[in-house]
Amino acid sequence: MLQFLFRRLAVLIPTFVGVSIIAFAFIRLLPGDPVQMMAGERVISPERHAELSQQLGFDRPIVVQYLDYLGGIVTGDFGNSIVTKRPVLSEFLALFPATLELSICAILLAVIIGVPLGIIAAVKRGSWFDQGVMGVALVGYSMPIFWWGLLLIIFFSGVLQLTPVSGRISLMYFFPPVTGFMLIDSLLSGQSGAFKSALSHLILPTVVLATIPLAVIARQTRSAMLEVLSEDYVRTARAKGLPPRRVIGLHALRNALIPVVTTIGLQIGVLMAGAILTETIFSWPGIGKWMVDSVFRRDYTVVQGGLLLIAIIIMVVNLLVDVLYGLINPRIRY
Amino acid sequence: MALLEIKNLCLTFDTVGGKLKAVDGISLHVDRGEVLAIVGESGSGKSVSMLAVMGLLPWTATITADYIRFDGKDILNLSPSDRRKIIGKDIGMIFQEPMASLNPCFTVGFQIEETLRQHTDLDRAARRRRAVELFRMVGIPNTEDRLSSYPHQMSGGQCQRVMIAMALACNPKLLIADEPTTALDVTIQKQILELLVNLQIETGMAMILITHDMGVVAETADRVAVQYKGRRVEESDVLSLFESPKHPYTRALLSALPENATGDRLPSVSDYFLEEEAVTGGAA
Repeated sequence: MLQFLFRRLAVLIPTFVGVSIIAFAFIRLLPGDPVQMMAGERVISPERHAELSQQLGFDRPIVVQYLDYLGGIVTGDFGNSIVTKRPVLSEFLALFPATLELSICAILLAVIIGVPLGIIAAVKRGSWFDQGVMGVALVGYSMPIFWWGLLLIIFFSGVLQLTPVSGRISLMYFFPPVTGFMLIDSLLSGQSGAFKSALSHLILPTVVLATIPLAVIARQTRSAMLEVLSEDYVRTARAKGLPPRRVIGLHALRNALIPVVTTIGLQIGVLMAGAILTETIFSWPGIGKWMVDSVFRRDYTVVQGGLLLIAIIIMVVNLLVDVLYGLINPRIRY
Repeated sequence: MALLEIKNLCLTFDTVGGKLKAVDGISLHVDRGEVLAIVGESGSGKSVSMLAVMGLLPWTATITADYIRFDGKDILNLSPSDRRKIIGKDIGMIFQEPMASLNPCFTVGFQIEETLRQHTDLDRAARRRRAVELFRMVGIPNTEDRLSSYPHQMSGGQCQRVMIAMALACNPKLLIADEPTTALDVTIQKQILELLVNLQIETGMAMILITHDMGVVAETADRVAVQYKGRRVEESDVLSLFESPKHPYTRALLSALPENATGDRLPSVSDYFLEEEAVTGGAA
C-alpha cells in the first residue's frame, strides 16, 4: 500500500510540471498584456510601460520567467496578484472554502439522487420509469450550465420569489468566518435566520452544479447495475433465498459501485470546471469567480497559480479515489 | 410421497425474434434420498426447468405447469416471500461456474454465514461454528483461515466446495447440482463428484444432477431422465437405461461416448441419430 502511494505520488511530479507549463503558457497566449490592463483607459507612455514590465519581470526571457515561477512554487510561493498585490495562495485559501462548500453539496446531491435513480432504472429496465429517468438524464447532461442557471433564477428567484439571486448569505447577517463553510458558520454565529439565509442562497447553485454529475452518475449506475444483475453471483444470492432488497442493495450494488466510484472521482474535475460558470452566474465568491475575474484583468500570477492549485486538488482527489478502490474491490490490493 | 413433483412444466421466453419454447410439458418426480440425473445436450431445457423450480428465471420467462409440488406444497402458488423460505433452506442449488457464482466482493465465510443468517436463528458465534463445520465437511483445509478468503484467492475446485458448503448450510432436503463439474479440471471433477455422492449418502438428502456426461450418470444416479429439445424422451433406472435404452436419442447419446471413438475423430450424437427419429420415437 505504501509502495503504491509512493509510486502514485512519483507519477504526480511530471503531471504537475506539465500542468504548470500549460497554466503558465495559456494565459500568455491570450491577447492583451497586464500592464495595459492596469493602465485601463489611460494612455500609457512606452517608457512607463517598459518600466512597469521590468518591475513585474515581464521583460525577461519567457523560460527564465517560468523557471523563476517554478522555483517559487516549490517553496510554496505562488507569487503575488498583479492587481491586488496579495499572495495568490492566501487569496486562494480564503476563497476556496466557498467553492468547496458548493462542490461538496453538489456532489452529495448528485450521488444521493443519482445512485438510487440508476439502481431503480436498472431493476425496472425498460419501464416508463427507466425511460423517463434516462431521458431526463440525457437532457440534464446536455444542458448548458449558464443557461440552466439563468432559467432557474428567472423561475425560482424571479417568478416565485423563493430564493435569492446571488451571494452566499443575506447582507443582514455578519459574523467572522470560523470554518469558511457558510452553513456551519451561520449555525455557530447563533444569529436567528442566518442558517436559513445561507441555505436558501446555496440551493440554486447546488442544483445547477449538480445537474451534469447527477445525470452522469445516474446513467453510469444504471449501466453498471444492469451488467452486474446478470452475473452468476447475483443468481447465487437469489438462490440462497435472500430478499430482493439484499440481493440488489448489497450483492449487486457493491460490485456496481466499482465503476461508479471512478465516475464520481472524474466528476470532481467536471465540478471544478462547472464551479467556474456556476459561481459567475450566482456571484458566488469562490475560486471559480476569482479565476474568471482574473482572466479578464490579465492577472497572470493569479490565473496560473489558480489553475495549478485546482489541478493539484483534482490530482489528489483522483489519488484518493484509487485508494478507495482497494477498499471496495478486494481484487485490487496494492 | 415424492419430495419434488413437477407436472407438465412449460417454459417460454420472450425474445427479440418472438416467443421461444424452451421446455414443453416436462413432468418428473424425485423421492426423498434419491439421486435423479437429468441428461441431454445443451439447449434441451435441463437447467432452465430446475431454475424454474428455484424461481430464478429472468422476467422474460413465462412458466406454466399443472403443479410444482415440493414437500407437499405447490410452490407455484406461494408468495415470493414464502417461496424464499424454501429456496436456499430446503432446496440448495450449485452451478456450473463456481468462480463466477461467488460474489467477488465478500469473503466466502460471509457468504456462507449469510445463508445461515437468513434461514436460522443462530447467533454470530454459532454461525461461525457451523461455517467451520461445513468447510470441514466439504474438505477445505485450514478452515478458519479460508473462511476469510475472497473467492479470487481460491481455485475453481475450492470455490465449488464453498458453493456446496453454502448449499448444504441449512441441511436441505434436495440439492440441485447444475453441471457441477463441467468447468473444472478432470482430476478435480472426480473429487467433486465423489464429495457430492458421499455427502448425499451421509445426509440422506435427495439430489438432482444435471449433466451431459454419461459417465457421471453411471457412477452417481439411481434414476435417469433424458431430455431432448425441451421434452422428456425417456426415463428409467440407471441399469436399464444403460442396458436397454429405448429411445433412439438415448441410444445415440450412449453410442457417442468418447470410448466408442474409432480413428482420430470423436463420435457425435448426429452420427447415430436423425432429428426425424425423435418425432417417430424410433418406430422407423
